[in-house]
Amino acid sequence: MKHRIASLVLARLAIALVTAIIVSFAVFFATAMLPGDTATILLGQAATPEAVEGLRKAMHLDDPAIFRFLRWLAGVVHGDLGVSYANNMPVAKLIAGRLVNTLKLAGLTAVISVPLALTLGITAAMLRDTLYDRCLTIAIIGVVSVPEFMIATLAVLLFAVYLNWLPAVSFTSEIRTAYDFARAYAMPVVTLTVVISAQMIRMSRAAVIETLNTPYVEMALLKGASRGRLVLRHALPNALGPIVNAVALSLSYLLGGVIIVETVFNYPGIAKLMVDAVSTRDLPLIQSCAIIFCFGYLLLTTTADIIAILSNPRLR
Amino acid sequence: MTSAVTSTPRRPRFGYRINAVGVAGALIVLFWIVVAFAAPAIIPHPIGDIVDTDYFGPMSRELWLGSDYLGRDMTSRILMGARYTLGISVAAVIIAGVSGVTLGMIAAITGGAVDMVLSRFLDALNSIPSKLFSLVVVAAVGSSIPVLIVTMAVIYIPGAYRFARALAVNINTMDFVVVARIRGESLFYLIRAEILPNIIGPVMVDLGLRFVFIVLLLSGLSFLGLGVKPPYADWGALVRENIGGLPYAAPAVIVPSLAIASLTIAVNLLIDNLPTKIRDREAS
Amino acid sequence: MRSLVQIRDLVVEATTDSGRTIEIIKGVDLDIAEGEIVALIGESGSGKTTIAMTLMGYARAGCKIVGGSVVVDGVDMVALPEKGRAALRGATIAYVPQSAAAAFNPAIRIMDQVVEVVRIHGVMPIEEARAKAVSLFRALSLPNPDSIGDRYPHQVSGGQLQRLAAAMALIASPKVLIFDEPTTALDVTTQVEVLRAFKSVISANRIAGIYVSHDLAVVAQIADRIVVLRNGEVQETGTTADILARAQHPYTQQLLAAVAPHHGSRPETSATTAEALLEVHEVSVGYGPLRSDGRPAILAVENVSLRVARGRNLGIIGESGCGKSTLARAIAGILPPFAGGVVFDGRELGRSARSRSPDQLRQVQIVFQHADTALNPAQTVEDILGRPLTFYHGMARKPRSARIDQLLDMVKLPRSLRLRRPAELSGGQKQRVNFARALAADPKLIVCDEITSALDTVVAAAIIDLLKELQRELDLAYVFISHDLSMVEAICDDIVVMYRGRKIEQITPEAMARPEHPYTQLLLSSVPKLDPAWLDNLRQDPEQVREYCQH
Repeated sequence: MKHRIASLVLARLAIALVTAIIVSFAVFFATAMLPGDTATILLGQAATPEAVEGLRKAMHLDDPAIFRFLRWLAGVVHGDLGVSYANNMPVAKLIAGRLVNTLKLAGLTAVISVPLALTLGITAAMLRDTLYDRCLTIAIIGVVSVPEFMIATLAVLLFAVYLNWLPAVSFTSEIRTAYDFARAYAMPVVTLTVVISAQMIRMSRAAVIETLNTPYVEMALLKGASRGRLVLRHALPNALGPIVNAVALSLSYLLGGVIIVETVFNYPGIAKLMVDAVSTRDLPLIQSCAIIFCFGYLLLTTTADIIAILSNPRLR
Repeated sequence: MTSAVTSTPRRPRFGYRINAVGVAGALIVLFWIVVAFAAPAIIPHPIGDIVDTDYFGPMSRELWLGSDYLGRDMTSRILMGARYTLGISVAAVIIAGVSGVTLGMIAAITGGAVDMVLSRFLDALNSIPSKLFSLVVVAAVGSSIPVLIVTMAVIYIPGAYRFARALAVNINTMDFVVVARIRGESLFYLIRAEILPNIIGPVMVDLGLRFVFIVLLLSGLSFLGLGVKPPYADWGALVRENIGGLPYAAPAVIVPSLAIASLTIAVNLLIDNLPTKIRDREAS
Repeated sequence: MRSLVQIRDLVVEATTDSGRTIEIIKGVDLDIAEGEIVALIGESGSGKTTIAMTLMGYARAGCKIVGGSVVVDGVDMVALPEKGRAALRGATIAYVPQSAAAAFNPAIRIMDQVVEVVRIHGVMPIEEARAKAVSLFRALSLPNPDSIGDRYPHQVSGGQLQRLAAAMALIASPKVLIFDEPTTALDVTTQVEVLRAFKSVISANRIAGIYVSHDLAVVAQIADRIVVLRNGEVQETGTTADILARAQHPYTQQLLAAVAPHHGSRPETSATTAEALLEVHEVSVGYGPLRSDGRPAILAVENVSLRVARGRNLGIIGESGCGKSTLARAIAGILPPFAGGVVFDGRELGRSARSRSPDQLRQVQIVFQHADTALNPAQTVEDILGRPLTFYHGMARKPRSARIDQLLDMVKLPRSLRLRRPAELSGGQKQRVNFARALAADPKLIVCDEITSALDTVVAAAIIDLLKELQRELDLAYVFISHDLSMVEAICDDIVVMYRGRKIEQITPEAMARPEHPYTQLLLSSVPKLDPAWLDNLRQDPEQVREYCQH
């Protein structure tokens, strides 16, 4: 059995690796397809043909695409992400600080939303078809059907315009006290928490309800078990895999959420950096940000699948 | 059961059960579809005309939904915006649905290497976050309307494929497909007569959900300024251009958001409350 | 004797999909005395499980107890609030489920589940409960009684799980026990062991209870009294001996007739002299990836040869996992064998369906066990029967329509069913349509894979009669795959016995009384008979049981 688990996990890791390579390939080529000559863009329309030619040579732009891809990939592996077109800074340096900011935002959101959402999801499943459950379900449909920027603008309307508690649409980088911190992070974190909790509540509720409908839960009921015992002892251990999967998937929605939230609240994270890079068509920066996002996403989904394998009691 | 049960005449009954919430959802969706078609004929003012001396004007008798950041009529801009939001999303969901579902059924029936390669490739595509993928594409080839349609479609093909394939794999193991297979039927017949009719219901529901995602993604992109570009404006772009009105709680920034929400919530309600076919236990 | 359970005028309603309520139990009275086992017998939909469940004050989702009383040990379960019911469930009344494999929680060790009732109701210290569990395991003749509780459910076989479920029900010494078809999912050789174990603990503890089953022969071994149910109403009640010997109600007589072995009139020609229609030569079939020697990882059928003569019937019997269905699939070309060959009508058939000609495919048809999955739910009966007519015979609309009517007549279905979809047909009707589709091809051979297993006994008997009749008219040959020995005995000229992928013996129905191979002896002796003393008088060689029953 141990052997079987190991081989399943290894197989899943191998799939992740293959996916990572396909994804890097796709990201590289999507950006490399860009019409217009990179050297000309860099040097401007006034550059002499000799200068353009020289730069092309220096940047290996005339090599076949597959070589450029491999060279770029080798760079990525060694931490060399290239140089930004826009301001000639190494991409790695530009990204480093921003990545930390985004991870701070995402981490804070995860710490708040995971326990909150799981509690709500599991209690909703326990109290199925009660008023509590129905209200929660309606709220979730509302949240998942509106765009993230609407949640963000609602947060601004509520906290900044009507209640006047917080400054509207501005992120202060000067954080000295815990009060500053709370003021700065409140709206982005609340917005992200609402967005990803809705997904997580919905999926964990469904996972628990599914296990509550199994014959072994009926059997436990016929043994005289209480409602709490049915859920905590019989349903939850079997719903663990799907719930962890739900958490990981919801956290991967964070990646989409931060793109909007960082823009709305002008938060200096990596997503904002990327959106700006898209407006200036700063290729190396876009490629690197995209790769970081994709790998983050891949890491979460792979972790979810591996936890699902490990938590399957039939493989114990 | 003996055959006596079935020979008793069954009381004629209404074949479908309809739910009020579902009807409300359907009516809202229908309303927006009509608006999308009729917009040029029903708008009170040309969308480019500045009709208000003030900007971010409030709701009034002349300008029902106020004016935007230039003093243009919001009612007209919202009605016209429906064309872009609905048009692009519907086109994208049709392309994604047809190609994803067809590929999914082919993979399920053929199995083996075809299934492996298709599934691996589309799973990899699926592991690129959707917003990110569209950002990269917009960076590479710009955001003309055809590009937006194709991008949205490509993003949602893997999902449609996965869903249809999972259903088709289940159907494919059924004995009636085995019977058709050893009768010597072609791939096309198996797809058309044996698989598709048995998965079409859930597939349509899934495409409805995917339509909602596409509307949200398109609005998000336009909101970032990377989607529909002026002079055209979908609802997401309307929110973006008027975001300056947020501190004044101007209708120009709130109403387009509400338009998006009304459409997506209506589709969700419709899907959750579809008419159910009545199947009595007695009938079997 | 005081009655321990009194059910009076019980009414249970179910809500249909259209929101209409219908009565599924229509005023049932039932009594169980101390130490008495009462059997509820009936077909699917007769309400037998529903009635048994009401003893615990429980009705499955969509059903509701709306009238009457169910008094167990002086307490009316219907009137009791949910908390009060929970206090009695497991302690006073316990339940042995039909599928123990589904009723055990996969994430919890067996011992913890067995003693859970004690933990919930606190009737004794947990250590005492564990010791009692081990002694119950021993009484139920489970292997390794001291350590089997440390395993997880998926690590134990189906027959053992069924006995463990009985131990789980007995742990708190309940006054009433409900057995819900506890041996239906088991093979006959395993069923014998489980029945013996049940019987010994029942008599040792003087347990009263309900035994729900559709199998009269099984019930005859266990029950003191039998209640015959149909459509939620009691048809007849009597002691086991009375019901078996002197059934009054016509429905009971019908049930008995369907179970009793029916030796039909087979055409009296010697099978060996008749011309061979199908010959299977040393066929081996397997699943999974190929190993280096070209054999698949899992072998399902090994080196099986057999022969079917024109217009004759061959039965293939064996227990689940013996490879009989795999062999049927290999003959039909669904699963290509990796060794050996199939010769049909003197010509070698391609191993897979794809390499066979349309005419070869037409002449060999297969009919599957589950008519539910064998008929496309999206098509009408007309579509289902019409397709082979168009495909094989290229029929135009008019002759096709006439032929569909003919086919419906042949399988004795009213022509008015043409426009129905499978969901609107009963189980027996579906199986007839399933069979008519095979006939539409005008085959010479029909492979029938467990075609009666999913049907109620009376319906199954009617299908078998139909098959015999069609054989006389159409000069068909059948291959019957079945675990139901009496059915194979009734219709086949030759019987192949399979065990673990191998053919171990070929016998004729006449020789079934004295088979040579020890496994065949074990298998045939394990089929329950309509004789209350059958189980007590059954002597099986323990050596053989151990050798062939380890799964």
